[in-house]
Amino acid sequence: MNTARSNPINAALMHGALILYTLIALFPVFVILINSFKSRKKIFREPLALPDAESFSLVGYQTVMKQGDFILYFQNSFIVTVGSLTLILLFGAMAAFALSEYRFRGNMLMGLYLALGIMIPIRIGTVAILEMMVATGLVNTLWALILVYTAQGLPLAVFILSEFMRQVSDDLKNAGRIDGLSEYAIFFKLVLPLVRPAMATVAVFNMIPIWNDLWFPLILAPAEETKTLTLGSQVFIGQFVTDWNAVLSALSMAILPVLVLYVIFSRQLIRGITSGAVK
Amino acid sequence: MTALTLSNVSKSFGTVEVLKNINIDVEEGEFVVFVGPSGCGKSTLLRTIAGLDDVSSGEVLIDNKKVNRTPPSKRGIAMVFQSYALYPHLNVRNNMTLALKQAKESKDVIEQRLAEASRMLSLEDYLDRYPSELSGGQRQRVAIGRAIVRHPKLFLFDEPLSNLDAALRMNTRLEIANLHQTLGATMIYVTHDQTEAMTLADKIVVLRDGRVEQVGSPMELYNNPANQFVAGFLGSPGMNFLPATLLQDGNPNTLGVRPEDLFFDDNGPLEITTQHVEHLGGDTNVIGTCQGQPITLRLFGQQAATVGAVARVSIAQDRSYFFSPDGSRIR
Repeated sequence: MNTARSNPINAALMHGALILYTLIALFPVFVILINSFKSRKKIFREPLALPDAESFSLVGYQTVMKQGDFILYFQNSFIVTVGSLTLILLFGAMAAFALSEYRFRGNMLMGLYLALGIMIPIRIGTVAILEMMVATGLVNTLWALILVYTAQGLPLAVFILSEFMRQVSDDLKNAGRIDGLSEYAIFFKLVLPLVRPAMATVAVFNMIPIWNDLWFPLILAPAEETKTLTLGSQVFIGQFVTDWNAVLSALSMAILPVLVLYVIFSRQLIRGITSGAVK
Repeated sequence: MTALTLSNVSKSFGTVEVLKNINIDVEEGEFVVFVGPSGCGKSTLLRTIAGLDDVSSGEVLIDNKKVNRTPPSKRGIAMVFQSYALYPHLNVRNNMTLALKQAKESKDVIEQRLAEASRMLSLEDYLDRYPSELSGGQRQRVAIGRAIVRHPKLFLFDEPLSNLDAALRMNTRLEIANLHQTLGATMIYVTHDQTEAMTLADKIVVLRDGRVEQVGSPMELYNNPANQFVAGFLGSPGMNFLPATLLQDGNPNTLGVRPEDLFFDDNGPLEITTQHVEHLGGDTNVIGTCQGQPITLRLFGQQAATVGAVARVSIAQDRSYFFSPDGSRIR
């Protein structure tokens, strides 16, 4: 590292700021976690206290496990998130490759049209979407959610991925063509591995809103067998009485899978495989 | 036998015409260099031969077969790119054998060709390494090896040396020349560096603005340039261009003299003022002005010359060229 940039005061300030930010970001998560292990009384009396022998209680987790089918909700959320991400990445990458690699009439317009979706919130079309889902008989199926989330995620995916794909060396793709690789092989074997960091970015960007979404599950798939985790947790929140133990426990458990997915994708963010390809 | 024929090849991107009516024949076993300043269309020409770009009109024949509509992998060519373009996720062995696997060659053939190529390029010790673990020169050798294993009818090189440093560039240049002798293969080589062109080529094609300016052996082009552009492009230091009025009153043409054809002579017709002296050891370059025009003399050996001195210069007999104002040569 450059010595001019690594003087102790700067380093201390930099780390201080980062640590402060980390604390602020983690604080709500921390509060949810500690309170999920406390009895109801203690949650309200000392919300910031750590659970001790007296206040420790697993009643929230017991309620969650007893009431409702949480394993199923988990599974539903997982299927919807992973399914949507797969489709977003696959179709987004394919569209991005076509837009960045091939010259054709209307290429520019097509790119703009696909990017337009970034600016228009998909929820504006909720009524139309619901009508469409009713007409196609997809209401109360996980497919309804997967399709909507795929549509919601594609514009940004196409936009980001096509920018990255433009940077993949033309020589590399041409070398593949001369070596007899088909366009599909060039896409899957040469280009995709090189834009993996961008794919991971897109995946992380899309994953969290999908996992946390309440709107579309509530409207398109509220049936017991298709409830997602977020929707399932709502049973504990009533108009007059809320079972805070259960809500906090459900939320704590909901954090875990998304954390695991995040770790998987962020590992992909590591660059380095591209070095040495060209130059 | 003719390995490659280009007849009336034109190529335009939209309204921009990049190649204009190009006709070239390449004989089997010949080393042909396309040379020209950047933007002259030499790389585009190579890409149309490779099939990476389609021609807008005209015909490309490889081995006397029309290949206008043949995909690159079926043309019997191999290409070495300026940026090497090695597959980053494959090791050297797989980089070199991918094309053969795609062509469904038998395992024995692949092994034998790989062994042959890696021996030729001394790459045996690196076969299990990945491109990121190789130096620039080694990467370039792998790129060349990837071309050799295919036993192509035509090798295409797209400025393969421009990413290497000066010493390595010279070594690799010699290696490519050796390779050409060993394989006896037809090679087409694109460069903007006239030294590479002069040292490697059997035949040089000088391109400018998408047109062929002149085709010929290096010495033909050097001694007998067709026009002022070719004369000025080949040779380093470049040819001096002076108004012909310096020799002859009222002559509207341009006089061209190679720096090595000028020498100090007290009775010489030109008077120059020395501005700068480059001592290269083997040669001495004297840079000066002659009636306001820049002029360079290349003197053999180590010569004393004083900056600011005024001296008279002569042109060696029969070594002056004349070009008309439109650049064409007057013989």
